Amino acid sequence: MVSQSHATAAADPFEVSEAFLKRRRLVDLTMRCILFLAASLSILVTAGIVYVLVSEAAHFFAQVSIVDFLTDTQWTPVFQEKHFGIMTLVSGTLMTSAIALIVAVPAGTILSIYLSEFAQPQVREAIKPILELISGVPTVAFGYFALLFVTPLFQTFIPGLSGFNLLVPGIVIGIMILPFIVSVSEDAMRAVPNSLREGAYALGFTRLQTSVRVVIPGAFSGITAAYILGMSRAVGETMVVAIAAGQQAKIAVNPLEGAATITAYIVQISLGDLPHGSIAYLTIFAAGLTLFVITFLFNILAFWLRRKYREVY
Amino acid sequence: MHGSVDGVAQADLAHNAAQLRAEVKKLSFYYGTSQALKSVDLPIVDRQVTALIGASGCGKSTLLRCFNRMHDLYVGNRYEGSITLYPENLDIVGPGVDPMLVRLRIGMVFQKPNPFPKSIFDNVASGLYIRGVKTRAIVEQRVEQSLRQAALWEEVKDRLHQSAYGLSGGQQQRLCIARALAPNPGLILFDEPTSALDPIATAKIEELVDQLRLNYTIVIVTHNMQQAGRISNFTAFMHLGQMLEYAPTKQFFTAPEHPKTQEYITGRFG
Ligand SMILES: Nc1ncnc2c1ncn2[C@@H]1O[C@H](COP(=O)(O)OP(=O)(O)O)[C@@H](O)[C@H]1O
Ligand SMILES: [Mg+2]
Repeated sequence: MVSQSHATAAADPFEVSEAFLKRRRLVDLTMRCILFLAASLSILVTAGIVYVLVSEAAHFFAQVSIVDFLTDTQWTPVFQEKHFGIMTLVSGTLMTSAIALIVAVPAGTILSIYLSEFAQPQVREAIKPILELISGVPTVAFGYFALLFVTPLFQTFIPGLSGFNLLVPGIVIGIMILPFIVSVSEDAMRAVPNSLREGAYALGFTRLQTSVRVVIPGAFSGITAAYILGMSRAVGETMVVAIAAGQQAKIAVNPLEGAATITAYIVQISLGDLPHGSIAYLTIFAAGLTLFVITFLFNILAFWLRRKYREVY
Repeated sequence: MHGSVDGVAQADLAHNAAQLRAEVKKLSFYYGTSQALKSVDLPIVDRQVTALIGASGCGKSTLLRCFNRMHDLYVGNRYEGSITLYPENLDIVGPGVDPMLVRLRIGMVFQKPNPFPKSIFDNVASGLYIRGVKTRAIVEQRVEQSLRQAALWEEVKDRLHQSAYGLSGGQQQRLCIARALAPNPGLILFDEPTSALDPIATAKIEELVDQLRLNYTIVIVTHNMQQAGRISNFTAFMHLGQMLEYAPTKQFFTAPEHPKTQEYITGRFG
């Protein structure tokens, strides 16, 4: 490979020195350490939060049985006669979240199809900042919007609607998570390669047929993930329900009436003056852990769906 | 290039009495302001294979994509001239012609296999579904027939309802051919269908094109002259957006007229 004349020639300009290689290895190692530390930090913070939640909740469950917690139908931690039925709060949370999804899923799907497949670039560039504006509005503003504007408006045509109710906060949360859902699912749709669209048009598909039969299946995992992450957000949403849904903990069956959600309860109880370590104080962590488990399950579901339906182009 | 003015040109074709399936006349094409085709003329003989060859960037794909109005998907593109489809006598690029209608009659197979994110069966059936064919028995029968024509049936008949993405590249390309065949188009366009495939898969596709000529009219773009020689009946040579030479394949390769063609096929450029 190396000829004789080469070996005797003057220093090869492309010769790599030992010192250079050493320096390279050192830089590489340092960078890897920094990146590793940054990654560990985020994991440590999460682990710390989970640790506090679980350890405080453990104190709670030392005094209240898990069976009572899951089956009792009343939630009265500060009353004389105490009940700890978390399903009251869970039902409120699930009710508002379900209403939010009923609003956000169809609207989000239609909007993202429109933006990704139909809108002219100028229209898309005009609509996206408006959506981002919505997600920039403080949630407390949405809360009072629900309580002081939407509820009175709806009361004019929905007779049984209480001043505090689950319907209106649910709808408003749906509007709040819409930009997030649209942004994630539109990204997923736009990531579908153009070669698939061309294949569909070449077969004679219309634009709508291409969107529904090719683009949506192609972006399925991303779209599903968008909905489930949107659901997680709806479940964790606090201000709107704290302001507009009422604070009465009961099993929620009628969306026209008010009921407390997990987050609304946590706000309410934290604002009060609670002795550290009292059972009422510990309910914060039990409720927080429940919320954590619910969103965690949704995230696992999203992760699983993503893996199952991920398409490799 | 052609003497006749009415649709059925045949006078100056090297072989006579051939039926034309389509005819390109004075076709110019613009990507915005940049002209990619310059007054191209080309006859497409019925149930024969016409190969488009020429150096990379000379406008082969651009010409092919005029046939099914693919350019309409992107803004700013413009056609001048005509492509007449026979026997319908439809000017494909004419004003007021619905591109969707054109695409319902003309199939296309792309350079890179592009199966839909669906099952093998649904891929082949998709062209039938959107034409309103719903009867299960007819769809099943047509899917099987197309997969057999594409020489893929034996390999996939036990996993029709699995994802098309589980197939190899060569199988995916044959699936795309079956998908194009299923609605029984009069004309099928192939844009370098083997350039992403290994030699064995390439040989299979070439064999397939040879079979398809019995029932379909085919226009195939290739940058591989040997391939053009092996599978086509007519060869058209393009250079910088112009059509320089068109002849029966044998004559094209043995006695090219244009000096540029001679240079190209003797490998002095391109
Ligand atoms: N979308 C496009 N916009 C602008 N110019 C294009 C576009 N596609 C192709 N071209 C130009 O048109 C010419 C012909 O391209 P193409 O038909 O793809 O060549 P070929 O298929 O023969 O390699 C090239 O000069 C290319 O740069
Ligand atoms: Mg090309």
